Amino acid sequence: MLLNIRNLHVSIEGKEIIKGLDLSVNNGEVHAIMGPNGTGKSTLAAVVAGKEGYEITEGEILYKGKDITILSPEERACEGIFLGFQYPVEIPGVSITNFMRTAINEQREYKGMKPLTASEFLAKMEDKKKLVEIQSKLTNRSVNSGFSGGEKKKNEIFQMALLEPTMAILDETDSGLDIDALRIVANGINKLRNEENATIVITHYQRLLDYIIPDFVHVLFEGKIVKSGGKNLALELEEKGYEWIKEEVERMS
Amino acid sequence: MLNSNNQINNIPLKEKLIIAFEENSDKLLGKKTSHISKIKQKAFENFKEIGFPNPKSEAWKNTDLSEVLSKDYEQLFDFSTEGTNVEELFQCEIHNFDTHIVSLLNGWYVNPVEQITKMPDGTIVGSLAKAIDKYPELVEKYFGKAQKKNNNFAELNTAFAQDGIFIYVPDGIEVLKPIQMVSIINHEKNLLVNHRNLIILGKNSKLTFVQCDDAINHQTSFTNTLTEFFLEENSNLDHYKLQNLNNNSSLLNSTYFKQEKDSNLCTNSIILNGGIIRNNYHVNLNGEGCNSELYGVYLMDRGQHVDNQVYVDHNKPNCNSNQLFKGILDEQASGVFNGHVLVRRDAQNTNASQTNRNILLTDEASIDTQPFLEIYADDVKCSHGATVGQLDEEAMFYLRSRGIGEKNARMLLMYAYAAEIIDKISIKALRLRIDDMVKKRLRGELSVCDKCVLHCSQPDKEISFDIDMSKI
Repeated sequence: MLLNIRNLHVSIEGKEIIKGLDLSVNNGEVHAIMGPNGTGKSTLAAVVAGKEGYEITEGEILYKGKDITILSPEERACEGIFLGFQYPVEIPGVSITNFMRTAINEQREYKGMKPLTASEFLAKMEDKKKLVEIQSKLTNRSVNSGFSGGEKKKNEIFQMALLEPTMAILDETDSGLDIDALRIVANGINKLRNEENATIVITHYQRLLDYIIPDFVHVLFEGKIVKSGGKNLALELEEKGYEWIKEEVERMS
Repeated sequence: MLNSNNQINNIPLKEKLIIAFEENSDKLLGKKTSHISKIKQKAFENFKEIGFPNPKSEAWKNTDLSEVLSKDYEQLFDFSTEGTNVEELFQCEIHNFDTHIVSLLNGWYVNPVEQITKMPDGTIVGSLAKAIDKYPELVEKYFGKAQKKNNNFAELNTAFAQDGIFIYVPDGIEVLKPIQMVSIINHEKNLLVNHRNLIILGKNSKLTFVQCDDAINHQTSFTNTLTEFFLEENSNLDHYKLQNLNNNSSLLNSTYFKQEKDSNLCTNSIILNGGIIRNNYHVNLNGEGCNSELYGVYLMDRGQHVDNQVYVDHNKPNCNSNQLFKGILDEQASGVFNGHVLVRRDAQNTNASQTNRNILLTDEASIDTQPFLEIYADDVKCSHGATVGQLDEEAMFYLRSRGIGEKNARMLLMYAYAAEIIDKISIKALRLRIDDMVKKRLRGELSVCDKCVLHCSQPDKEISFDIDMSKI
């Protein structure tokens, strides 16, 4: 098992957001996590990536069989975890090229590999640019600075392509995208899929799942996964809305 | 030289200076009948009356000079290279950044060949002392005309400064090679230096001037330097100030810019190290259609203190001024920013902006920032603002989530923050050099250089700047 989350409870400033979440992801799988706003989807993504300010009060997160909650965000990244941000951060003054070269070489150093030379890095970058149909000049610009919504999300997938993570968590990558950008982003994700890696796609709408076919769909509601199923569950949700889930949860309790 | 026996030691610095001036007036005033001599005599009388500033005054309440002014200093009233290996001192690596270098040692002009040079195009570069002698009419036309009246340190400088750099660019001349001034302090004992520069840009002329202040040993020094810039009609000045001094140095650097019609000024200060640094910028927009860009970045740590005082006087209509000062203060470092834009009643259609941004990396670091607009005209566009913050936590997490360690992530963000100012340096070779220095500074690798600040970044490629001692 690649990622194994058991009975996870997470609080922010004393307020419990995730309330006993279980999730297992194997290599080669794509999972979709859906649910209404404010149910803990982004919190889950942030906790796995190691963002500060979240307190795990109970449960565990095992990645490749090891507890990763004691690792820093950079160590988790070097171990192969990638977070695609819902709101990618603008960093004026740091070029994408400089950013990614630093990131790749720090990850390589962690793994005991030699750093990429400038030409090796540029060749790799050219190769990955095609994947997300990214324009050449974009990589010379400051990270996300003044980018459109679509450019920001493409840039996330571009970074994912360069860093080649084992476990990618994409937080609302589809939000704010027009249909062309959505198709490009989804194609990128599909091309990066292989038998070794796994992807968790967090989304509010079913739309993205027309392009990325998930193996499993989970519904997150009030800090717990209340329903899991195959790709058809997403269609059902689209049709019936989240009210249906709420009613079902209430009936069960 | 100031007497340093015990009896005199108890006397305040002001009194010691008065004694020193009277004892050395022959050297300080030169020909007593000359115009400059009279200005200096008058400045001395003024200093005698007003002395040093009141530490509680608005202009000085955040920068404490009491310790600096309580020390005992020597002054050098004659040029001497005693104790300094000049050949070694001014060893420079020029390569890509090709400049015309002019050097000051303890405030005195140093040149192996001649004290002042007139180029074929009429440009004059050299020692101010020599210029007073050789081009009295030219010097007298400008000397003291841009500086603030009744300013304590300006009066002190006028009275005591004997030498410095003089540059005159004739009408219509574009000086292609940047002129770089390297001012080095090197003395065995505590030293007080007053030196002064006079830079004149004729009509439609163009000059790039780089001003470097360095100290090479760790001896205590107090430098009070004053530079007057005159920008005649439609002239262009690109000015850079690099400050990288030891922690025992106190530097008071005043720059006065007097701009005439349609002239353009861009000044950029890069402040990397120094015990106490106070920069006074005084811009007088004295003609219509002037443009002034004032930028600065300061990266201070330990107990260092930096104070930037910017005063822009919009005297005439249709002028633009833009200020952007950014700083990062680490450990116990402290900073001051005082910006004052004055828009006079006739200065209609003025465009002025003023911004000061700061990052404090520790709880002990501090900044006092005060942007201030004083507007008497009614048709103007003015803005001002100041921010004090920490490094962006969201950005830190973003970088770290890609595998970049905390230390490097901080460095990238600090560098990016400073880069906004560095990017405004228009000479590519200089920009790259300074860029490299800022990176080193942020990594903690930039110590106070034992060579010129601009040339320390590539110590493996040395080109020596030979000085023939026999000709000095």
